[in-house]
Amino acid sequence: MELHDVWFVLIAFLWTGYFFLEGFDFGVGVLTKLLARDRKERRVLINTIGPVWDGNEVWLLSAGGATFAAFPEWYATLFSGFYLPLLIILFCLIVRGVAFEYRHKRDEDRWQTNWEHAIFWCSLIPAFLWGVAFGNIVRGVKINAEMEYVGNVADLLNPYALLGGLVTLTLFTFHGAVFTALKTVGDIRGRARALATRLGLLTAVLALGFLGWTQADRGDTASLVAMIVAVVALVAAIATNLAGREGWSFAFSGVTIVAAVAMLFLTLFPDVMPSSLNEAWSLTVTNASSTPYTLKIMTWCAGIAAPLVMLYQGWTYWVFRKRIGTQHIADAH
Amino acid sequence: MDLALAPETLARWQFGITTVYHFLFVPLTISLAALTAGLQTAWVRTSKEKYLKATKFWGKLFLINIAMGVVTGIVQEFQFGMNWSDYSRFVGDIFGAPLAFEALIAFFFESTFIGLWIFGWDKLPKKIHLACIWMVSIGTVLSAYFILAANSWMQHPVGYRINKERGRAELTDFWRVLSQDTAVTQFFHTITAAFLVGGAFMVGIAAYHLARRKHVPVMRTSLRLGLVTVIAAGLLTAVSGDFLGKVMFKQQPMKMAAAEALWDGEAPAPFSLFAYGDVDKGHNEVALEIPGILSFLANGDFDSYVPGINDINKMEQEKYGPGDYRPNIPVAYWGFRWMIGFGMASFALGVLGLWLTRRKFLLPAALRTGEDEVPNLVLFRRKALSPRFGRWYWITALWTMTFPLIATSWGWIFTEMGRQPWVVYGVLRTKDAVSPGVSQGEVLTSMIVFTLLYAVLAVIEVKLLVKYVKLGPPELTEADLNPPTKIGGDDRDADRPMAFSY
Repeated sequence: MELHDVWFVLIAFLWTGYFFLEGFDFGVGVLTKLLARDRKERRVLINTIGPVWDGNEVWLLSAGGATFAAFPEWYATLFSGFYLPLLIILFCLIVRGVAFEYRHKRDEDRWQTNWEHAIFWCSLIPAFLWGVAFGNIVRGVKINAEMEYVGNVADLLNPYALLGGLVTLTLFTFHGAVFTALKTVGDIRGRARALATRLGLLTAVLALGFLGWTQADRGDTASLVAMIVAVVALVAAIATNLAGREGWSFAFSGVTIVAAVAMLFLTLFPDVMPSSLNEAWSLTVTNASSTPYTLKIMTWCAGIAAPLVMLYQGWTYWVFRKRIGTQHIADAH
Repeated sequence: MDLALAPETLARWQFGITTVYHFLFVPLTISLAALTAGLQTAWVRTSKEKYLKATKFWGKLFLINIAMGVVTGIVQEFQFGMNWSDYSRFVGDIFGAPLAFEALIAFFFESTFIGLWIFGWDKLPKKIHLACIWMVSIGTVLSAYFILAANSWMQHPVGYRINKERGRAELTDFWRVLSQDTAVTQFFHTITAAFLVGGAFMVGIAAYHLARRKHVPVMRTSLRLGLVTVIAAGLLTAVSGDFLGKVMFKQQPMKMAAAEALWDGEAPAPFSLFAYGDVDKGHNEVALEIPGILSFLANGDFDSYVPGINDINKMEQEKYGPGDYRPNIPVAYWGFRWMIGFGMASFALGVLGLWLTRRKFLLPAALRTGEDEVPNLVLFRRKALSPRFGRWYWITALWTMTFPLIATSWGWIFTEMGRQPWVVYGVLRTKDAVSPGVSQGEVLTSMIVFTLLYAVLAVIEVKLLVKYVKLGPPELTEADLNPPTKIGGDDRDADRPMAFSY
């Protein structure tokens, strides 16, 4: 295995980590409108992810930075090609981050309601758009011989990618509902469980369609295995949720995300961004990558930093392991 | 295409706007993290309540700032790919590495431990909670180092070779990129300037409360801490700035000649106090100068030769082919002056402040103030200032808090615009760095979106800051004074509300 292959795996790992972690905090953001009945319940939801969402988001920055360093051509084509969708995602991430931090800092109804709208929409839209983006990456986009994206925004909004967007949106919301059931006590916990079952079934239908389409299009044996794992894990997540085993259910919804992302990257390899105009113009792990020297340094860095990050982020989840409910939310603001 | 709306121009404006905006929060974040950590350390060591109150007060202002710093930082990383894709293709092999290092090492650190610190008051034992804010502080400083190393490479590329076949620059020595003199001096200059910003911020807000005789013990401590920070940071900023200047005279002579509006080389070279010139003709029409000082700034003596803009432009034309290699000279000249002027003014006011509020030295016993009193403003040995004059001093102190921010903003504008027309000095021109596939409409859209969003957020941010500044330090609760002894919190009362919740 050459270093650029290692880096393909590492970038897949960073995206997987991002979707696993921010996946549930996007989901919780969406649930603030789907699940919570009043302001206090919304605050319970927001507080389940309060200590961790910022750390979760850094997985995206790492994925971006690592792509820049390990596959500059991929980074350049992807980010300049998907300009407007990325602009919307950035806008949402900015507003969402500020919303979490600022919502409770004024005790006025309108102020808090506005930020709550922001949390909902700015969680929903990126959760959808990331699926659209990855759908397009896997499917291939109009890339010319100079590695430039020459399509337009309308090209990105094709049925396959839009289905991908619906899958990430429902999957993340399901993942978030399971997480909510795991992290809360009281009434909200029971409702989160009930909603999770319905969301899980919806996700299963959409995911089966999207992953099956992917498999039919570009799949091989390895991707088929990943797809089966994803589907089985999703079924297991729904079943364990019904059985009231919240920890297991969350683990399984996590495995669904991991396997689904793994499947997308498996169908991609050795391309990183296929060209739909001419196969020879596709960006691959070889023609898009940095020099072996840079990759070597980066491998050292990732080899030391990534396990440490997982260790101390894991510790954070341990510190905040207690379930919370409306009784833990102070009355003021 | 109309040059004023060319994608290159728009992309540059967008980069300038987003960077200067981002950099309003960065220095405050870096310095307030460390100052808050220092105050919390004082609390853990002495158990004096005023330190805990101060920690909570400054910690809250720090959090309002870091929220903005974090979210605007994401834009910075993404816009290299969005607006400057040819730059990313050309330098990704080198420039991407420190960026990835920043995310993997520093940013994860900072953002994970900030969550632990915010929500950990009733979940972590005292000392572990304290360690979290120090981790955040270390994270912010490391983060700054990697970013400044990346930026220094653009100012002075080292440790690379050009691969003609792939049409890109390739890394040959990463250690040199991280350890070159440009990176080290720029890091020290930026970090010390960050503490100047944070110190002045603290002084200004403490002065606001002291003028009203509110929260005196906390604000008195904050005032002194702020003043000492301003003075120490101000001195170090000047020293590191001098080092950085000498490095730049060697590495980017054009930038420094432009900073001085020195059109033709001179020996000894004078320092320009005021100049008004004609850029097309290449000379100054009005010039007020101090002889010899520029030679000292550049080379450390008073009579050496310093080359001028016209000389360097000719040299660069011979080296890189025909073209105009001059940056925007009025911006470089005035940017350099605003940076130094506002930086020095804040330092001077810091010295004056510490001298006026001193307690022990030279003061007759009657004029000394106790720990719980508003510090005296004393001008002469035996006479306190009149209350009216005292009030003006506090107001001045409040406004001074913006001085270092103006200085650092101009510092970045000078550094980045002084390098033009190069994006990587001597290697890649800015016009060759923009995304070729991105349309004018797209860049214009994103520039308008970010500018408007940032403007709205600025208003919200300032309003919140003002609200929390006016509110003053919080009253301490039972929970604050009895931190848990176990990780994850005690089981004293399972239904007790959280110490901090969104």
